[in-house]
Amino acid sequence: MTYRGITAGEVTFRGDHDDEVQAYLAQPVGDDPVGGVIVLHHMPGWDEGSVEIARKFAHHGYNAICPNLFDRFGKGEPDEVAAVARAQGGKPDDETVGDAAGAAAYLRGLPNSNGKVGIIGFCSGGRQVVLVASRLDNLDAAVDCWGGRVIADADQLTEAHPVSPIDLTSDLAAPLLGIFGNDDQSPTPEQVDQHEAALKEHGKTYEFHRYDGAGHGFFAVNRPGYRPEQATAAWGEVFKWYGKYLAS
Amino acid sequence: MCTWIVERTPMSGSGKGPNGWFEVNQANVYFDHPYHAPMDHSLIIDFVETPDEVGNRVAVELSEDSARRLVASILAALESGEAGHAVQVEAAASA
Repeated sequence: MTYRGITAGEVTFRGDHDDEVQAYLAQPVGDDPVGGVIVLHHMPGWDEGSVEIARKFAHHGYNAICPNLFDRFGKGEPDEVAAVARAQGGKPDDETVGDAAGAAAYLRGLPNSNGKVGIIGFCSGGRQVVLVASRLDNLDAAVDCWGGRVIADADQLTEAHPVSPIDLTSDLAAPLLGIFGNDDQSPTPEQVDQHEAALKEHGKTYEFHRYDGAGHGFFAVNRPGYRPEQATAAWGEVFKWYGKYLAS
Repeated sequence: MCTWIVERTPMSGSGKGPNGWFEVNQANVYFDHPYHAPMDHSLIIDFVETPDEVGNRVAVELSEDSARRLVASILAALESGEAGHAVQVEAAASA
């Protein structure tokens, strides 16, 4: 066998309000048309683990872009910028939707794009996936990995995050794959049940995979919550999902 | 966690970061996913000069047990003779 070659590095794209947004792009080498994936990083920021996931998708034959969602909070090391983003209450939802729209357009504009674009997010990025896939109508597949606050109480809504994404379920426009650990507290298994009930009620295309013995963030190999068996199985579901919906 | 909940506390003092000493004006305290510590959640404290800008910051990411021990240590230190002396000096200075 041979391993696929990839290219990767920083780019910029036009995001919300036509702002220039920093991003990391990973692509398989070659001219064959391929699907694209938007990778939304978690709350600690645009870190090494997040761009590594972009490279993983390129390795599996997808163009992948990981926008620096905190780019507008300042320039500097990702952990420094993430600290400012957190102190200011986080990235506004509207800006996230605008940036995702710009990232999708960027991926579709790549010479080797097959026109299909999916999105995946982790932790706070999982919530953003549900939000974005409900407010944009041109994504082909979505993957929510343990997004917290997809169901938010009224007292958890803020100026930056004014909606509980589950309330947008009727507008969900992309097939949704959900990956959850049954020991997670954000979202709890009960919240995952509620989300699934809403998807059924509105007749949406979805699959939820829920893993015993796993908690929040069980893909992260650098944290004690890593669960190799569950993570391997769940990554398999992710690639089956994108293989089904992002193929040429 | 993924909560964006941050306890913001005004501070008066100094911190030492990569660029040397700076004025600490605020502490941002939260319990969430750390950036660097190999933990699922940490008690994180950012001692910052300018709260809303990327700038001088001293950060710690501590286990929950470590954070609770730190709280006890701070309180113990404040109640010690040295802390009492510092309070007297501050009181004298502001008198």
